[in-house]
Amino acid sequence: MNVTQIEKAVKEIYERVKSESLGEEEDMLINVLHKVQDHFGNFIPPEAAETLAELMDIPVSRIYEVLTFYTMFSTKPRGKYVIRVCESTPCHVTGGKAVVEALKEALGIDFNQTTEDGLFTLEYSSCLGLCGVAPVMMVNDMAYGNLTPERVKAIIEELRGGEAK
Amino acid sequence: MKPVVVLVSVDSNSVLKGAREYKNLLVNLVEEYNLTNVVDVLETGSFGVYLDGVLLEVLPDGVYYLVKNSSDVREIVEEHLLKGRRVFKLEVPPEKVRAGVIEKVEVPRETRVVLRNAGVIDPANIKEYIARDGYAALAKALTEMNPADVIEEMKKSGLKGRGGAGFPTGLKWEFTFKVDADQKYVLCNADEGEPGTFKDRLIMEGDPHSVLEGMAIAAYAVGANKGYIYIRGEYYESIRNIRKAIEDAYEYGLLGDNIMGTNFSFHVSVRLGAGAYICGEETALMESIEGKAGRPRLKPPYPPVSGLFSKPTVINNVETFANVAPIILNGADWFRSMGTESSPGTKVFTLVGNVVNRGLVEVPMGTTVRELIYVFGGGVEGGRKLKMVQTGGTAGTFIGPDKLDTPLDYDSFTKYGVSIGSGVILVVDDRSCAVDIAKNVLGFFAHESCGKCSPCREGTRVALQTFDRLSRGLAKREEVEHLWTLADVMQQASLCGLGQSVPVPMRSLLQNFNDEMEAHLGRECPAGVCKFAREKSKRPILR
Repeated sequence: MNVTQIEKAVKEIYERVKSESLGEEEDMLINVLHKVQDHFGNFIPPEAAETLAELMDIPVSRIYEVLTFYTMFSTKPRGKYVIRVCESTPCHVTGGKAVVEALKEALGIDFNQTTEDGLFTLEYSSCLGLCGVAPVMMVNDMAYGNLTPERVKAIIEELRGGEAK
Repeated sequence: MKPVVVLVSVDSNSVLKGAREYKNLLVNLVEEYNLTNVVDVLETGSFGVYLDGVLLEVLPDGVYYLVKNSSDVREIVEEHLLKGRRVFKLEVPPEKVRAGVIEKVEVPRETRVVLRNAGVIDPANIKEYIARDGYAALAKALTEMNPADVIEEMKKSGLKGRGGAGFPTGLKWEFTFKVDADQKYVLCNADEGEPGTFKDRLIMEGDPHSVLEGMAIAAYAVGANKGYIYIRGEYYESIRNIRKAIEDAYEYGLLGDNIMGTNFSFHVSVRLGAGAYICGEETALMESIEGKAGRPRLKPPYPPVSGLFSKPTVINNVETFANVAPIILNGADWFRSMGTESSPGTKVFTLVGNVVNRGLVEVPMGTTVRELIYVFGGGVEGGRKLKMVQTGGTAGTFIGPDKLDTPLDYDSFTKYGVSIGSGVILVVDDRSCAVDIAKNVLGFFAHESCGKCSPCREGTRVALQTFDRLSRGLAKREEVEHLWTLADVMQQASLCGLGQSVPVPMRSLLQNFNDEMEAHLGRECPAGVCKFAREKSKRPILR
């Protein structure tokens, strides 16, 4: 994707989300960033951040402050599937530790790393609010509950298999 | 309405057990058997309890079924819906769904105020909310009461903030009301992130309008015309339901300009979080809505004086707002008839960890930890021994089995050292180790500390390292004793509630599970969880 295309996409997103503003300055910056990130596939390219800074008339550094503060945003490309696994206490006491180990093993990566094939990024998450079915993880916007090391491996295999077809 | 209604409990927990798929299958089967004229299949919010499958309710018979696979669904359609024969083997007794497992009469029953509509109505249908007195409280406030009356009623009710801090809601509103300003805001804190808490999520998924109505009443009371709901970015279902509810409320003239033909206007918009626990802190949340990194502000000034965009702001939790309409409609005296003297009303608790029935339950304030675990939660999973309970969330207290009879309300922390917090009851059985749990809790805080102030940033890190060393048999006694000093410093010197409350779980673990700390100093883990580093060679090391 070249710079003009990125600029065009960001402008379109900005125009769409702008209607969510209640007329206050920058009150929809984070909402816009979510949409921009979804559009570019799990990360926000520098050109997009620059375009947005210009559109909103704020410094680029301000946008990067926000991007690097919040864990859901990334300034670097991430895998097609971003896996957020919960490590909070309710998951921890119901077998979460073994689930995390199984995930790392099945993917062959540690937290905040991406698999070589660019498919998976593994991230730590605090409580996902699904403790009724702990331990839990999310793959992009899909949640998986009642996890066991075996189930985790099966889910990863299935996602990999789906890609191979 | 058709003569027969099948309600499917769809929330973010049951979805993972196939609730959507079963609902779609039901719809298809109903069509297949030409039952579309008599049977309605509807989605509703959470029934509260999570058994080993998905719960359905067939009305008007009032029969609950637990389905675990598609043949169960098929059987219910072919037997119950088609032939009128109940499928006994899939049935669940109503008391198990609606009020936990209750055998004794003197035990408190579930009392639903906040969850009055969850699991009863279709959350995506504003008409169903209206049919159950929805927006009647807003109408009453706008037409029969002036703002001061509303605030007086809220003060009389004694409602305290359900996010965890327990500040009196009426007072908060009064402070904001009294400040003169050209612009005021009402914010709903739906950045639910306290580990073990998912009550706000299920309120938003099961009854989104109850939150909007509460916000609108607050706005009328304090003189605000704009409001934001700040929802966690990961709560996709809640975001969708609240957005739909806002859209419908605008369409029905219940939000927007000149609500119900009065001169009161109120506009609401959703703002998303992006994965930062700290944004649950009220001033950090405001920074985030303003499009900045979510770092807490120095207080005072407090939000009623200078909040969002430096304007007077009311900020309340989702559960707090869901309490507002019933109070206005039924009066403060009605509300005070539930709960305890200092903490009237009900509280939604989430039962998590090693407990038989995980889920949420709404009970009067003053219910004991034991009742929550054994009456509503069905006891410890697998008949194992209870080791500890963390009440109130990750920033809450860890207690041993000796404190189970503590009644929970906003006084129980000062009176008995047991916090109510956001209403988490985390049950931990004897397979877990207190030091390992401490490591997990401190790991969470070290990760979520925003780094703005050093007592919290460094304190959480040092505490984590100490527990980590203890779990590997490397810590010295002085290091562990130093944690008490560290706790005092963090409590007194941290900028916001995050750092100030880390000492709560820390001290309770050190105090109530001192035996285990001692055992680890002697390189022994009674639960067999911790792996100790190899004993160093006995030869003196030259420095």
